[in-house]
Amino acid sequence: MTPSSEAPPDAAELRARVAAFVAEHDPATTDQTEFLAARYDAGLAWVHFPKGAGGLGAPRALQNVVDAEFERFGFVPVDREGLVIGLGMAAPTIAAFGTPEQRDRFLKPIYTGEEVWCQLFSEPGAGSDLAAVGTRAVRDGTDWVIDGHKVWTSLAHRAQWAILLARTDPDVPKHRGLTYFLCDMTAPGVTVRPLRQMTGEAEFNEVYLDEVRIPDSLRLGGVGEGWKVAQTTLMNERVSIGGRPEPREGGLIGIVSDLWRSRPDLRTRGLHEELLRLWVAAEAARLTKERLRQQLAAGQPGPEGSATKLSFAELNQRISGLELELRGVEGLTYDDWTFRRPEKPDLLGRGPGFRYLRAKGNSIEGGTSEILRTIIAERVLGLPPEPRADKDLAWKDLPR
Amino acid sequence: MSESELNLLYSEIEQELRASVRELLAHRCPWQSVLDRVSHHAPAEVTDRALWQELAELDVLGLFVPETLGGAGATAREASSVAEELGRAVAPVPFLGSAVLATGALVALGTAEEQVRALLTDLAAGQRCATLVVPLPTAPGSGFPSQVRADGSQLTGTVPGVVDALSADVLVVPALGAEGPGLYLLPADQATLSPVVSLDQTRPLAEVTLTGAEATRVAVGQQAVDAVEAALLTGAVLLAAEQLGTAEWAFDTTVAYLKERVQFARPIGSFQALKHRVADLWVLLAQARAVVRHAASALAADSEDLPLAAALAQAFVSEVAVKVTEEAVQLHGGIGFTWEHPVHLYLKRAKSASLSLGTADRHRARIADLVGLPPAP
Ligand SMILES: Cc1cc2nc3c(=O)[nH]c(=O)nc-3n(C[C@H](O)[C@H](O)[C@H](O)COP(=O)(O)OP(=O)(O)OC[C@H]3O[C@@H](n4cnc5c(N)ncnc54)[C@H](O)[C@@H]3O)c2cc1C
Repeated sequence: MTPSSEAPPDAAELRARVAAFVAEHDPATTDQTEFLAARYDAGLAWVHFPKGAGGLGAPRALQNVVDAEFERFGFVPVDREGLVIGLGMAAPTIAAFGTPEQRDRFLKPIYTGEEVWCQLFSEPGAGSDLAAVGTRAVRDGTDWVIDGHKVWTSLAHRAQWAILLARTDPDVPKHRGLTYFLCDMTAPGVTVRPLRQMTGEAEFNEVYLDEVRIPDSLRLGGVGEGWKVAQTTLMNERVSIGGRPEPREGGLIGIVSDLWRSRPDLRTRGLHEELLRLWVAAEAARLTKERLRQQLAAGQPGPEGSATKLSFAELNQRISGLELELRGVEGLTYDDWTFRRPEKPDLLGRGPGFRYLRAKGNSIEGGTSEILRTIIAERVLGLPPEPRADKDLAWKDLPR
Repeated sequence: MSESELNLLYSEIEQELRASVRELLAHRCPWQSVLDRVSHHAPAEVTDRALWQELAELDVLGLFVPETLGGAGATAREASSVAEELGRAVAPVPFLGSAVLATGALVALGTAEEQVRALLTDLAAGQRCATLVVPLPTAPGSGFPSQVRADGSQLTGTVPGVVDALSADVLVVPALGAEGPGLYLLPADQATLSPVVSLDQTRPLAEVTLTGAEATRVAVGQQAVDAVEAALLTGAVLLAAEQLGTAEWAFDTTVAYLKERVQFARPIGSFQALKHRVADLWVLLAQARAVVRHAASALAADSEDLPLAAALAQAFVSEVAVKVTEEAVQLHGGIGFTWEHPVHLYLKRAKSASLSLGTADRHRARIADLVGLPPAP
């Protein structure tokens, strides 16, 4: 054994490993699931995860190098949009807190896309104030028995598994009485009902948990440590930076700019002014994301990640609003109000009315823009917290 | 190099340069001394020539000037990092006029001509100062300036709002002659310089009047047009870097104040109404930094994308700097409205800079042109 096989691999070694991998598995002819499974086994799924868990213990920044390298060899996985919760949230949390058995059981099918995940966090009484969740988990022998009601659960209708935050101790302050579980969505007592959105369709659902039994082996992290575990999930939810640069006019601004170019009849002075302002803002946001990507690749992650969700939410809303105004009479129409349950979120594939409405969710899902501003002010800028009434009270005694 | 490959980070060399400039300015140019200069000096004396000399000794005045022309042979990226620091200190030095606009025009000539080379060498060494004689609001892409006429080698005309003319030894003058556009050099004492009382006192302006002044032509025709355009583009990019520095000072100072100022028995920074405002400013600053880095890299690489990158930088960063400094005043309350608190120096710098080298509106119109988003009929 050479010492270098013990030390975490550097970028050059990872490139060599990707080249060797692709020599064995031709991306052009190998089935995607099979290719991804082999990639997982080779430690080239998430290189920053430990060996045997889809990774090689490399610095996180080098994941970009690996993704870019696979792309260079012509491998870009498709149909991954419906997997964001598994890939972006469940996997890093399981990697950080999971037992070896849990990692072995769950990480690979998340990576290949064979198992879809959803997030059972929010409840009618606990959204921004996530630590207030009231879904109960009561110990019964080697199982936990879960009772509660979750809402706004995206893609629960497709998911086999869920990450679940539940209350194991109502007698201590809210942050301390939570425990994190992995929940089988096919278990008896799990009921998923579509929750129709303003767009007409139902990406999200209500989930009723009625005496659902979860074995203790599916608890992630310690009893009462659910809040700490959930922090890892939430941090990953808000930072999703791709491995490659986004092209100029890549998002919604491209759609509206092309519309402006192709339809001189729609142009007015006021809308021109607004279009240019948004073009500038969108380009600045794109470059900010690109800079963040370069920072990550250089191993200098900055706190700017929390800025990107905030700015993209606002931009999506303003740009999609402008598109309706620009379209005039067509802006009064809507492509389809059918109550459907889509397979994946799709902002660009639908009509302009859908885009306008769906973008309204961007400043609510994954932490509202208000909450994000507070997080930036307190955690990035170090401003003092507001005085709080709920910190030392037992959860059961909180006003509600 | 394609636009997406432009490096948006700071190199180690840039970080070292920045640190040495910051250190010098902390000693030699704290805000108290800037405030003192603008409070007690006439416009012509506000500029700190001694500080300029010390900056020259750090070798930061000719960063993007090729070594063969007497410069440091670095790039606009390094110059941009220095500009950020100068903006952070609202330093009263002729950076924009001499090290950016005049130097930018002369470098663009790409000439081996002795007179130009000697001047560039002196400018980089801080031995002499120069400026480009155009009204400061002139935007890139707005055509060759027509205020000055050349009759043979004699120049006549009046140009308002010329930056750093009062401290200049040499004037670089775009003028229209019988052979079309030309670029001329003449000693500043051949012109009449009328000081202007400027909104930003740290950046003195003058009206330049030429009445048959004898000058040397260093470029004619397209070469002269290109040199002026290059100077304005260089100016737009490096001014944006300076604006970023100005805004960052105002932001940092405001966040510190929110932690320290107590009202209603708590630090005012614990009030959410204020937290959210500074969080929004922080997001804007993060974006401004990316935009400035992009423009500086495009300038350094002489990218095809430069006109767009420069217009974007001015369209975006100008407004951010004004917004951040305006918010800084508001969040400081009464003390922020006083002469003795330095935040007004930053507000004045930011607002003046937003009118300089084209307003955001002008730059948006230019972007529309460059990316094919034509106006309504
Ligand atoms: C499209 C979509 C998909 C979603 N998918 C999921 C999912 O898959 N899984 C899941 O668990 N959840 C999901 N959610 C839920 C989402 O996380 C919550 O809706 C969100 O956190 C806000 O909580 P709330 O709805 O209870 O609003 P509230 O918390 O009641 O907020 C109401 C308003 O008050 C503001 N507010 C609340 N507290 C504060 C404060 N301290 N300071 C300032 N303002 C405050 C909020 O910003 C908001 O404007 C989804 C939501 C949407 C819209």
